[in-house]
Amino acid sequence: MIYATILSNLKDLYERSWDSFGTLVLELPVENLYPLVERLSEELGFDLFLDVTAVDYPGREPRFDVVYHFYGSGHNRRLRLKVQVPEADPSVPSLTGLYGSARYMEREAHEMYGIRFTGNDDLRPILLYEGFEGHPLRKDYPIDMEQPIVEYREAR
Amino acid sequence: MEYISPVRSPLEESASPDHVLVNLGPSHPATHGTIQIIAELDGETVVKADVHCGYLHRGFEKEAEHHTYHKIIPYTDRLNYCSALNNNFAYAAAVEKLLGIEITPRCKWLRTLLAEYNRLADHVTCIAATVMELGAMTAFLYLMTIRDYIFEHLNHLTGARLTYSFVRIGGLARDLPEGWLERLEEILQFYERYIGRIHGLLDRNRIFIDRTRNVGCMTPEHALNWGYTGPILRSTGLPLDLRKDSPYLAYPELAFEVPVGIKGDNYDRYYVRMREMDESVSMIRQCVKHLPGGPVSVADPRVTLPEKGRVYTQTEAVIRHFKLIMDGIGVPAGEVYSAHEAPNGELGFYLVSDGSGRPYKLHVRSPSFAHMGGMHTLLEGYQVADIIATFGSMNMIGGECDR
Repeated sequence: MIYATILSNLKDLYERSWDSFGTLVLELPVENLYPLVERLSEELGFDLFLDVTAVDYPGREPRFDVVYHFYGSGHNRRLRLKVQVPEADPSVPSLTGLYGSARYMEREAHEMYGIRFTGNDDLRPILLYEGFEGHPLRKDYPIDMEQPIVEYREAR
Repeated sequence: MEYISPVRSPLEESASPDHVLVNLGPSHPATHGTIQIIAELDGETVVKADVHCGYLHRGFEKEAEHHTYHKIIPYTDRLNYCSALNNNFAYAAAVEKLLGIEITPRCKWLRTLLAEYNRLADHVTCIAATVMELGAMTAFLYLMTIRDYIFEHLNHLTGARLTYSFVRIGGLARDLPEGWLERLEEILQFYERYIGRIHGLLDRNRIFIDRTRNVGCMTPEHALNWGYTGPILRSTGLPLDLRKDSPYLAYPELAFEVPVGIKGDNYDRYYVRMREMDESVSMIRQCVKHLPGGPVSVADPRVTLPEKGRVYTQTEAVIRHFKLIMDGIGVPAGEVYSAHEAPNGELGFYLVSDGSGRPYKLHVRSPSFAHMGGMHTLLEGYQVADIIATFGSMNMIGGECDR
């Protein structure tokens, strides 16, 4: 029901849509993200911003998928949005103006993948520390790389 | 080596000169080890708070990309270590969804039973810690006694007190040992006797009410906006529960209520958890009654290890065992988001597979992380001592928040 409304009313805002295990997925260009989410939250009852994360596909152009998950408490439906951003300019608009919970989630995606959320004025590291170099969840960051904040002592 | 502050708070520059900046944690007995709250105080009142987490970050998602699907199970234990089984089951459900595996009826009911049992332990721990921080030592000891009985009982089943790793993709590690269900009923009766004492000690206790009533209030809209789920969201009066709304496992066949609060303050959060525990006990009893026979794991050669006896005697079984251990389960390419109602709220796993034996990407939507993102709104405007009460009622679990 709500999916049919999305597919008919928002069809100029997204490019592709498919079903993933009962969840509607929309793929859309980055410039349509904010207008679409605005309508989701104001007209279509998606009041819970669950999550934002990214998926790294090195070698693909554009390199990153930014993935959003929403939930509507009134109609009990989920929605996934996917936006592709290039490595040269990994920017997406921040959704902190619409959902408070976007604040922390965007900080995490920023430090883990280097996605820039324009409009979020607080993109300090959150799980890592100030001065950490690189973005650890990118595929080209080696898993065994160490950058301790306090230098290791020599074993005696 | 130049010293870099691991956390720089914007409050250091913006705080009014008349106010005091207080640093609570990360090493503070009431911050459960791993969180830092920087508060700007005007007298005793918190004007602004900056909550900083990450001290328990272990790189779960990076590790997951380098391990086979079965080897990730012990990592999921350490997300919420007070209710490891719920994490196990939520993770396994995501992988099974992508594989298209239907678990056996006995496994379905056993997982439901164990999930509720572990939820009981988690709520007991949360309430115990909260009231202990408010000074209620007797209640703490009563609750910890219940918790320890549950943990010892789960130890009998799984071999570990906290980090069970009991799930397998497509089933469970083993079936129940003999006499386990009889002992379960004993513990539930013990729980009922002791929880009555907790109600007697706390429900109408003047000190407890003064510390918790009308402290850290929020409306349902506020809670949704800041991403709250689980008992915290329900304490505001919104009956949102994934077990009811998008039922999984055996929940559609169970009769249970979704308790809600009135105004989302600390007392409501305490009471919602107390009521949820009673519902869990009722659900466990229903599960025991309905528990069907049969195998606990699916007989699917793609995921289930062959029996040991056959591994030692048959070549094909050795090869299959070797391939499953070394290459891992071949999960078809695709992506899935699967969420369970963990004791703290919506625990979601977003899994992207490229068809190999290891996840291409495994993201955890952990309830505690979302809760910490909005906690400053519940601290600002209240007293500095209320930080402890409010933070306790959030049930922040470092392992889950920082991953």
